[in-house]
Amino acid sequence: MTEDDLDRNRRHFLTVATIATGAVGVGFVAIPFLSSLKPSARAQALGAPVEVPLGSIQPGEMVRVLWRGRLVFVLRRDEKMLASLPEIVDELRDPNSEVVEQQPDYAANDTRSLKPEYLVVEGSCTHLGCAPLEDFEVRPAEDWGGGFFCPCHGSKFDLAGRVYKGVPAPTNLRVPPHRFVRDDLILIGQDTGAA
Amino acid sequence: MARIEAEVGKPQGGLMKWIDDRFPFTKTMKYHVTEYYASKNFNWWFVFGVLAMVVLVIQLVTGIFLTMNYKPAAAEAFASVEYIMRDVEWGWLIRYMHSTGASFFFIVVYLHMFRAMLYGSYKKPRELIWLIGMMIFFVLMAEGFAGYLLPWGQMSYWGAQVIISLFGAIPVVGDGLVEFIRGDYSISDITLNRFFALHVIVLPLALIGLIFVHIVALHEVGSNNPDGIEIKKNKGPDGIPLDGVPFHPHHTSKDLIGIIVFLMIFSAVVFFAPDMGGMFLEHANFEPANLTATPEHIAPVWYYTPYYAILRAVPDKLWGFILFGLSVLLPVFLPWLDRCRVRSIRYRGWMYKTALSIFVVTFLTLGWLGLQPATETYVLLARIFSVLYFAFFLLMPFYTAADKTKPVPDRVVYHD
Repeated sequence: MTEDDLDRNRRHFLTVATIATGAVGVGFVAIPFLSSLKPSARAQALGAPVEVPLGSIQPGEMVRVLWRGRLVFVLRRDEKMLASLPEIVDELRDPNSEVVEQQPDYAANDTRSLKPEYLVVEGSCTHLGCAPLEDFEVRPAEDWGGGFFCPCHGSKFDLAGRVYKGVPAPTNLRVPPHRFVRDDLILIGQDTGAA
Repeated sequence: MARIEAEVGKPQGGLMKWIDDRFPFTKTMKYHVTEYYASKNFNWWFVFGVLAMVVLVIQLVTGIFLTMNYKPAAAEAFASVEYIMRDVEWGWLIRYMHSTGASFFFIVVYLHMFRAMLYGSYKKPRELIWLIGMMIFFVLMAEGFAGYLLPWGQMSYWGAQVIISLFGAIPVVGDGLVEFIRGDYSISDITLNRFFALHVIVLPLALIGLIFVHIVALHEVGSNNPDGIEIKKNKGPDGIPLDGVPFHPHHTSKDLIGIIVFLMIFSAVVFFAPDMGGMFLEHANFEPANLTATPEHIAPVWYYTPYYAILRAVPDKLWGFILFGLSVLLPVFLPWLDRCRVRSIRYRGWMYKTALSIFVVTFLTLGWLGLQPATETYVLLARIFSVLYFAFFLLMPFYTAADKTKPVPDRVVYHD
């Protein structure tokens, strides 16, 4: 074959077709490798819901539990705490829980909870995931109405996990799916089935 | 081929010739070492490339020995590091060399990069060397980050939590990406296991490959020098640059002095201040990871703090992430941001000298601020210096073009 009878279009087509076939093959082979990096079946199983008995939590007290390796705060708010919630609405970025991803529908209310008394939120700052510290003491001098303070970058949240304006955290603390199994038992991680 | 066949059974020229007929050993040594001509007026700023290689070897050797006793599992990792420190013979030394080596890697690399800014080493025709170098820097940052999770201490865990959460700021894909990086719903045993794989094989492999092409590219165009002139423009009748001397033995013997001084400082730190007052090994990391409590004061290791200070200075999550990313990325564009025709700071005008001086102060101050708690004063300072940081890069096309330069000599100059 001489240069003259070389069909360049044909050769170009074959080159492109070979590369394309190879690329598709590589794409398919990549799937199992990339999928192996997703949470495994065991990780998903370990992410099962956890039960939290409420009997021993006094009003004004909070417990910390782990669900899926994440910290969850269960706070039993007393009368005074609940009364303070509507007072600071002006200082909050999303007082009415309008960012839908941050809570299930049933917690998109004034207290961000199923029952006003019990607040269930993830103890993970919506800025960069540090665990906020609880600071329920009201200090009007410091303009602090009680709530959660993130030590990493200074984000502030109120007693319903609602974020203050002018802090790095963009959204309210996330409310995980949860439901009351009994009056004194909460199941965190699942909200379907009999209430 | 024909030559080899003709000589079968008649060994001539010894083992070296036998090898050279089959592998370009002598040729490669000549090209890269004994006949690689680099400027004879190198000053000490030019020692840091070699020092980076020395630290790489220290990290590889100590790292290999650490893996022989370390256990990459959440339940065992912290205890296995204590075991190395207390029960393995000389284990403490190997680990302190590795942890100190990490910090020295960054010291040396930052100085190596600063050399490029002093003498315009990133300018044409060395742009690609600079780009590969920046990739090395990024891989090094990832390597340091992955390594810091491995002891599974408080700062390991919460530092990783913060940095991985950064990716959650990306709209739409952020949350999925964070879960993909962790391989779990939170940082867990699974995350630790894969970070170990990244730290001991994926990233070091990438690092070695990139360093190889970094040097190949350097030897193709030739090393820069403190005068920022092309020594290849003035060649003798033998085709050798008049201002060049062979890398070996001239530069190797000079570098050896640098290596000895470096090892003296390195040893002093390893033996007398391995935690460097909480800078090289943070105090919070002497406690095992506690998933329910963030340390009161959380800060990354010092080599990330300039960028971390910028992140903290921004009161918005997404913008914080964008400016943080930009602050890390911007140096990549130096070869094109710098419009000055003169390479070396010796012949540049006052504008670049001032800008570079302000930049050094800015970078160091941001680094210090990133270590401090985020009080109001510090955040304000971080904002001011963040602006200066970005101004250095973004205004560079203007002040480098406007700057008055001095005449550049034809041949290299000595300053005794």
